[in-house]
Amino acid sequence: MACESQHFLNEHNINPNVKVMEYAVRGPLLIRACEIEKELEQGIEKPFTEVIKANIGDGHAMGQIPITFVRQILALVTYPPLFDNPIFPEDAKERARVILSGCRGGSIGSYTEACGIEIIRKHVAQYIERRDGISSNWQNIVLTSGASDGIKKILKLFICKENGKKTGVMIPIPQYPFYSATLDEFNMYQIRYYLDESKGWGLNIDELQRSIDEARRLCHPRVLVVINPGNPTGQVLTKENIEAIIKFAYKERLFLLADEVYQDNVYAENSKFHSFKKIMTEMGEPYNKMELASFMSCSKGYMGECGLRGGYTEVINMCPKVKAMYFKANTAMLCPSVLGQACLDTIVNPPGEGELSYEKFIREKEDVLNSLKFRAKMVVDAFNSFEGFSCNEVQGALYAFPQFKLPLKAIEAAKEVNQHPDVFYAFQLLENAGVCVVPGSGFGQQPGTFHFRTTILPQVDKLKIMLDKFEAFHKEFINKYK
Amino acid sequence: MVVISYLKLFQPRSRGFQLQARLCTMATEHQHFLTSDNMNPNIRKMDYPVHGPLVVRAGQLEKELKNGVKKPFKEILKLDIGDCHAMGQLPITFVRQVMAMVFYPPLLDDPRFPDDTKERAQTILNACKGGSIGSYTDATGLEIIRKHAAEFIEKRDGIPCNWENVTLYGGATDGIKKILKLFVNETNGKRAGVMIPIPQYPVYSTTLDEFGLHQIRYYLDEDQNWGVNIEEMQRTIDEAKKVCNPKVLVIINPGNPTGQVFTRKNIEEIIQFAYKENLYILADEVYQDNIYSETSKFYSFKKVLTEMGEPYVNMELASFMSCSKGYVGECGFRAGITEILNMCPKVQAMFYKANTAMLCPPSTGQACIEPFIRPPEKGEPSYDLFIKEKEDILNSLKVRAKLIVETFNSFEGITCNEVQGAMYAFPRIRLPPKVIETAKNRNQSPDEFYASEVLENTGICIVPGEAYGQVPGTYHFRTTTLLPLDKMKIMLERLEAFHREFMDRYR
Repeated sequence: MACESQHFLNEHNINPNVKVMEYAVRGPLLIRACEIEKELEQGIEKPFTEVIKANIGDGHAMGQIPITFVRQILALVTYPPLFDNPIFPEDAKERARVILSGCRGGSIGSYTEACGIEIIRKHVAQYIERRDGISSNWQNIVLTSGASDGIKKILKLFICKENGKKTGVMIPIPQYPFYSATLDEFNMYQIRYYLDESKGWGLNIDELQRSIDEARRLCHPRVLVVINPGNPTGQVLTKENIEAIIKFAYKERLFLLADEVYQDNVYAENSKFHSFKKIMTEMGEPYNKMELASFMSCSKGYMGECGLRGGYTEVINMCPKVKAMYFKANTAMLCPSVLGQACLDTIVNPPGEGELSYEKFIREKEDVLNSLKFRAKMVVDAFNSFEGFSCNEVQGALYAFPQFKLPLKAIEAAKEVNQHPDVFYAFQLLENAGVCVVPGSGFGQQPGTFHFRTTILPQVDKLKIMLDKFEAFHKEFINKYK
Repeated sequence: MVVISYLKLFQPRSRGFQLQARLCTMATEHQHFLTSDNMNPNIRKMDYPVHGPLVVRAGQLEKELKNGVKKPFKEILKLDIGDCHAMGQLPITFVRQVMAMVFYPPLLDDPRFPDDTKERAQTILNACKGGSIGSYTDATGLEIIRKHAAEFIEKRDGIPCNWENVTLYGGATDGIKKILKLFVNETNGKRAGVMIPIPQYPVYSTTLDEFGLHQIRYYLDEDQNWGVNIEEMQRTIDEAKKVCNPKVLVIINPGNPTGQVFTRKNIEEIIQFAYKENLYILADEVYQDNIYSETSKFYSFKKVLTEMGEPYVNMELASFMSCSKGYVGECGFRAGITEILNMCPKVQAMFYKANTAMLCPPSTGQACIEPFIRPPEKGEPSYDLFIKEKEDILNSLKVRAKLIVETFNSFEGITCNEVQGAMYAFPRIRLPPKVIETAKNRNQSPDEFYASEVLENTGICIVPGEAYGQVPGTYHFRTTTLLPLDKMKIMLERLEAFHREFMDRYR
């Protein structure tokens, strides 16, 4: 009560939607991991000498090297006297010049159009065309401060009540918790559809139907979110699965949100990335007229430029009136980070064969992707060798999401400290082995099952250490609670 | 099949323009799952902030000029947006050298970069995970930069600053929106209300509309150089209480579009008012480095509030700074700093947690803050060049602010308050009855009509006062003070000639 009487803004009158927002990736496990790191710095003895943070999909933080070409261009646009510096290749300089010519006053310090620099939007459209073999209109491309920013701007359009019922948004379970947090913030109903672990985390249309039919009593379903490749689950959807999803969305009159930020992270031999736009277009009428927003980012793939907050949204078949209002609403935030836009430009417009930087670029890109492929397999093989563990193939993205079975005693021990069993397990792992993962309950899972998400991002040598520690911890844990 | 039947420009509304695309087919309408009828009603109602239809028209004219279409002018002079670099202001060398090295660390070995730039760059890189600006940062921003920002604020105010209350954002606008969002709530069937100055920076009104917060509009006093009149504030809040729960008071100091720098006394009165009415203060102080008038001085709300002692020293306050204005002008970097004072600790924890879902503000913007708050000191290699560049810019802004005000005051029917700070002039224009009538016949407000005539005849793009709000029956326009001096002189000559001819035409 002291808080209430003293403060004009307090826990009782704060926006109730903000109050409930949770984001497990940066939740209590990470907070504790940071505390432990500080304790280690202070010389406190632990059963380990470092904390390995496998909680967040941040490549550079785990030692991944930036792509030289990207960084050269960012340096050039930031400090134009570098155009006279011979260490920068001509193809980098040429791209930097083009970016600067799209900036008012020739400076990246100027505001850009709210939708982003026109030439970059055009480059994005060309990238999409090359990728899909289908035309892309640059005027349907909006540059954003990361994909998250773009997703929020689209979801925001649906904040609306109809007959007293909130908008419902279908999200996959397990899901990337940014979605649940955003839906809470926007006071929209989460229609949670379970992915099928027994089918490599595919989408089961019967399950989609079940969840939407149940949800109709409580909300007005408007949107279907699909994450492909999947986070945390790592599946790459087959063409057939995507077609079935599109047909379902058409039947249920749902606006499709395709989160495709991991489109460059595909490892499995039998997997291939198909964009929702491509499939939808190739399916012809009536599907090719459906409303779709697709998202891509600089944060993942082989570039890993998370901090730069570069991303784009392609909106397909949006009602022109709505699109006008969507664009207008964007102007209130002035513009996305210009360096983020510049970074995105280098990604959608990389060096072509014959260009000076091509060899180095290809080598760096393939090194990163091959290494990720190797690590994906390493992690899955390791987990599948642990007692009580089963881990689906990581076909794509940057994470593994193994299921593990816990002895009854462990579940009881968790209950005693008021923790969900996978939270209990994750905390024990952190305190005893110094490895930080995110418990499956933060992403959602079938009741009675336990999972955690780990990234595959520590470099190979560190990953080996991490998996060894994990194995040792797990053996001990199982023995303790047998 | 979709056919756009016509584009209706300049349709007047009580608060500004509305651009409407009319589609003369219903066939497409019924196919869409998301339509203007079932979309977020708050977004549907949102007005344009600064980039209104006149700016769109200016863009069209630019394209026409490029295509060789003949006009009574050879170029468009854009006086609509507070973007220094767009108008030819040069970046500060020190800032750009630091940032180049942050992006491309091999440059740290280049002897052409001075040591002080390398020190700043290394400080930033050491703070980044994996030593890369490409990593996510904490949602509250890089710790070392928050600490340096706290030191900067302490130095500015002479009052301690706790770095844990300082957070970084993707521009001040981002921070302001995140704070305002905390107040979205209904109590006893009434929405929360936010007091905003009129004239105001339209991002406020737009944001309040988007969030469903009630706008409590208090008029600034043009006769008192746009100062705050406490009786006027009282009047508006008393009226507003019937329809909303007033929660927040927004103050822009130095003012946008009005250019005043509040006196210390005025700030104290505002604080006392906010205390009496239980209001959380949002102090938008992004123009704190843009002070031109000899008699003006920037006082931060934090400083004044703290020095007033009890009970004011415990009031809740959020103050905003940015790298977009001042002398750095790095709008595109999206770098903002917020200091939160006396926030309820539980609320602060929830606020910080809510922000983690967006991962972090742009790391490049955060990095840009470092050379801004830790510029070269005397004795450091970059100092002389830095000081010269900074002073050149600020002196030039001062000269231009004075020139523009003097010139406007010499026009028939135009009076302009002193531009004490910020980057804009907001002159008042007394229009002859014939103009008012003509505007009415065209379905435009008189200042919209004036501004569009200015654009079509001179190529000068100004923004009508209606976009910012003004006392009914008065007309204004906003222009920036950012054109380079030589261009500004040309602009003022052209505008003077047009204005004379316009006033004669409608006498």
